[in-house]
Amino acid sequence: MKNILKELYIPVVAVLIAIVIGSIIMIITGFNPINAYASLFIGAFGSVNNIANTLANAVPLILTGLGVAISFKAGLFNIGAEGQYWIGAIVGVWIGYSFSGLPWYIHIPFALIAAMIAGGLWAGLIPGLAKAYTGANEVITTMMMSYIAIYFSHFLLEFGPMMEKGGTIPQSPIIKESAVIPFLIQNTQLSYGIFIALVAAVFVYWLMFKTTWGFEMRAVGYNQRAARYAGMNVPLNMVLSLGLSGVFAGLAGAVQMLGVQHRLYDSFTSGYGYTAIVVALLANNNPIGVIFAAILFAALGTGSQYMQLNAQVPGQMADVITGLIVFFVAAHRVAEVIKGMFAKKQKKEAEA
Amino acid sequence: MSAILEVKNITKVFPKVVANDNVNLTVEKGEIHAILGENGAGKSTLMNIIYGLYKPDSGKLIFDGEELNLSGPHEAIEKGIGMVHQHFMLIPVLTVAENIVLGAEPKGITYDRKKANELIKEISQKYHLEIDPEAKVKDLSVGLQQRVEILKAFYRKAKLLILDEPTAMLTPQETEKLFEIMRGLVKQGMSIIFISHKLEEVLEISDRVTVMRRGKTVGTLNTKETNEQELANLMVGREVVLRIEKTEYKPGDVVLSVKNLNVVDQQNVPKVKDVSFDIHEGEIFGLAGIDGNGQLELVEAIMGLRPKKSGNILFYGKDVTNFSTKQLYREGISYIPQDRQADGLVLDFTIAENLILREYRDPTYSRYGVIQYKKVYENAERKVKEFDVRPPEYMLKARGLSGGNQQKVILAREVGYNPKLLIAVQPTRGMDVGAIEYIHKRILELRDKGAAVFLVSLELEEIMSLSDRIGVIYNGQLMDILDGKTATKEQIGMLMAGSRFDKTTLEAR
Amino acid sequence: MKEVLLNPQLWAATLAMATPLALPALGGTFSERSGVVNIAMEGIMLIAAFFAVVFAHATGSAWLGLLGAMIVGLIVALIFAWAAVSLTANQIILGMAINIFASGITAYLLNTMYGFTGTPTDTPMLPTIDIPGIKNIPFLGQVLSGHSVVVYLMIIILFISDYFLFHTNLGLRLRAVGENPEAAETAGIDVIKLRYLGVALSGILSAMGGAYLSIGALNSFNPDMTSGRGYIALAAMIFGKWTPFGSFGAALLFGFATALSMQLQNTAFSKNIIMMLPYILTILALVGVGGKSVPPAADGVPYTPKK
Repeated sequence: MKNILKELYIPVVAVLIAIVIGSIIMIITGFNPINAYASLFIGAFGSVNNIANTLANAVPLILTGLGVAISFKAGLFNIGAEGQYWIGAIVGVWIGYSFSGLPWYIHIPFALIAAMIAGGLWAGLIPGLAKAYTGANEVITTMMMSYIAIYFSHFLLEFGPMMEKGGTIPQSPIIKESAVIPFLIQNTQLSYGIFIALVAAVFVYWLMFKTTWGFEMRAVGYNQRAARYAGMNVPLNMVLSLGLSGVFAGLAGAVQMLGVQHRLYDSFTSGYGYTAIVVALLANNNPIGVIFAAILFAALGTGSQYMQLNAQVPGQMADVITGLIVFFVAAHRVAEVIKGMFAKKQKKEAEA
Repeated sequence: MSAILEVKNITKVFPKVVANDNVNLTVEKGEIHAILGENGAGKSTLMNIIYGLYKPDSGKLIFDGEELNLSGPHEAIEKGIGMVHQHFMLIPVLTVAENIVLGAEPKGITYDRKKANELIKEISQKYHLEIDPEAKVKDLSVGLQQRVEILKAFYRKAKLLILDEPTAMLTPQETEKLFEIMRGLVKQGMSIIFISHKLEEVLEISDRVTVMRRGKTVGTLNTKETNEQELANLMVGREVVLRIEKTEYKPGDVVLSVKNLNVVDQQNVPKVKDVSFDIHEGEIFGLAGIDGNGQLELVEAIMGLRPKKSGNILFYGKDVTNFSTKQLYREGISYIPQDRQADGLVLDFTIAENLILREYRDPTYSRYGVIQYKKVYENAERKVKEFDVRPPEYMLKARGLSGGNQQKVILAREVGYNPKLLIAVQPTRGMDVGAIEYIHKRILELRDKGAAVFLVSLELEEIMSLSDRIGVIYNGQLMDILDGKTATKEQIGMLMAGSRFDKTTLEAR
Repeated sequence: MKEVLLNPQLWAATLAMATPLALPALGGTFSERSGVVNIAMEGIMLIAAFFAVVFAHATGSAWLGLLGAMIVGLIVALIFAWAAVSLTANQIILGMAINIFASGITAYLLNTMYGFTGTPTDTPMLPTIDIPGIKNIPFLGQVLSGHSVVVYLMIIILFISDYFLFHTNLGLRLRAVGENPEAAETAGIDVIKLRYLGVALSGILSAMGGAYLSIGALNSFNPDMTSGRGYIALAAMIFGKWTPFGSFGAALLFGFATALSMQLQNTAFSKNIIMMLPYILTILALVGVGGKSVPPAADGVPYTPKK
């Protein structure tokens, strides 16, 4: 229990500071922060539909967040979940519309597994091998691979091989009925995909903390030298953990396609891949924590739309708060500095 | 002659250790003054005090007639004290000139390349230290890099030059060259402190020599009036080694056989030179030597953690030369690495997890890739009790343990599986007496059970009290193998310092 | 294809497209040479782009807009430096944080200050400059003359940057700090101060790049208008092996890719493939194809001074 409190300390303090600074910004710009936060909360959790939409938003965040958390835990900085998401989405949609006559229990797993493999290869093959064998910084390579993935999707959709025949809008054909993950609550975005996300989180927890492979990945992540001295294959583990990280980002893309969008639209970003980093960070890379962190940021997203309509506060306040949370989680030593300042002050007063 | 530096009654206490205990030393102008001592004798602490990195607890320094009160290396440099660290403080991608003038560039906003080069040429001519100012440091040999460090001191107008183990990284030819340079410098009035643990070198180059042992200066001698034997005795002391009660030495079959092993580092510098030895069942084979003489490279090469250039490793007659670390563990070899925090433990893992760091794939602890944590915890509970790890809470992270208890966790892991061979590097480093005794006891138990033990230590006492046979390594060469019962400290000390007493060198001096 | 390549507009666009990449790439060179990885450049560009419009519109002077943007960029960079250098927080995560914050705060302020119609249409723009002499040379004149003043400022800054880094004492010290802070410290150099300097310069130059987008190339601000240029600049810097001229060259190459893809608008196939090139090249450079790009040895590693 004490440990859980200790783990929660940094994120909770960071969220509080972010809320306070957010309030100050709102007051300066002429809004009532209490109204704003209230409507934000109602927008996120005020009705069954709102809750459903929040959870729906959380699904891709949980899955990409798990991917990022795996890599972080293994000591690697995969910030390219966005690209792995796109690759998963592309493969998922393609299988979704290209194959007909399959029963759903084959079509859906087929699409999901293919997307997972594609996402895994996207992260493991180039960034993973490059890191393990040439030392190329995975921060940059995964980021570059994201852009390549996004332009690849543009290439496919903008008058390319995946563009809907006879259409004028750059988008893919709609997936077959047999590939659709059905909605859980009608008239919301929430599909059965939420169960995939939850099962995935539990699975990752089990994998990281209960299996020999997870043991190796964590050992390599914490102390490469000790892992090597214990006889572990460090380069192989790097490739595998980056690959596994991509597997879940790829799954996120496919679940979003099969469960919510049903077709791939041309766009510059899904946004999930970047928020995933934030999710993993706030969860301190704990797979179960990822669920809650994802719901928090999903709630900020859905709630902010409601806030904009009802309190007239521009919805981008959500991003402002998100950025601040991440900043203060990263710079958690701020607390020490503040404590130090007080200590000095007290010392001075005591001396005086 | 007058003194350039006087060290008066300097004492420096670190938590648990008195590093310098009432140290006295006088360095005359224009002399090469050697400071000789084993690892941990207090040489580095003393130099760091002179260089302003540590503040002494008591005592004073008089430099060039003026009492020093240094607040940092900056002031030491200003006063005219130059130091060449054993590990160079150089920036490989910059040029020689840039490295030398860095932080004290010729005045102006622009980096005056011409002026800098000229200044360096001037100094290098004055002191006969030829070097190309435009060369990149990374392209230079170690010897030339050292020259850059020396020039750095002279550029800052050093009057006293401290060379900390300057020959440690040099080839014999480079060492000769360095000595020539040092002789030249002294002729021009420079004063040099030469820190070393190599007797031969000290005898060759110094005018006077101060010997340190256990934080104390035990004597200053004129080099001409002394010899290797006397210095070795002073260095290691004459105290009787406490021999631990051991059962009779009954060696069995050969367990590990190292044959003509050669290891080079990444720069292709030889680190282990044609080393051969055997270790038997029921035997502790101790490897004595001063730090950095190839012990680590030897062990890591045996353990498959470092490539071998040539030679063979046999384990019970089986060729394991090209085995991976994991395969060697499976053969029944255990390994206690030198740096327990960096190499031996994952500090953010629990004690229980650290206890299976190697064995997690063993069927005892995992089935179909799933770790059986019940078994892991049972094991941890047992080991923690058996090896007296405190506090005995196996769910605690290893980070939270004291050094001694961290080592007990490693020991429990490595010894607990009844290995056929234990390789232990500095198993008691930095531990208190109680923990040391305990670890020694466990190692002896292992030997008595018939296992082979390869003990590498910088502590001569430890080697002598535990080993059945003692190998001495110097500069990558195995100098000799002595009988643990009859070997004396003096003998080993001389070998460690690179001199063979059967050689004619003694008479030659 | 030949027509496209002989079109001076392509080459003029290359230079224009390269400018908002080259400026932050130069800034990143300073930051990384001092040992700090600054991916916050993306966010700094965005914030600066916004405040350039705010100040330009409020004062009626595009120049004051540029100045204001640079000051804002400096402030954000110093906040980043405080957390990254003094508090030794993870530089990548801090950068992400600032980028998310920047995306949010600019869009938020855009709405609260100017409503949903966007920035005022009467926002002044930075002037364009015709270079006498060159202007009238056929082809070359069309390529080199008539650009925004920021383009020419960038060229000047490029030369100053190279001179500063490789020919001044301060530049030498800055590079030393990024390579081996311990050695620099023993030589009496204040590592922390120089890292602040490196980050501050990256902030100012990124801000110029951002201001170019909003009041140089256009006279308005759109949400997320930097669209990843801060990251691409980082790639250009790596591809340019952490040197000013290398970064500029890479920025030109990346700018060319963008310009070419615009010219090839109707043949969508090659366009998107061409746009991938900068990223592929950057990966190849990191992996070591054609001379490996090696970062400063202490790049991204926080340093705690001994004293």
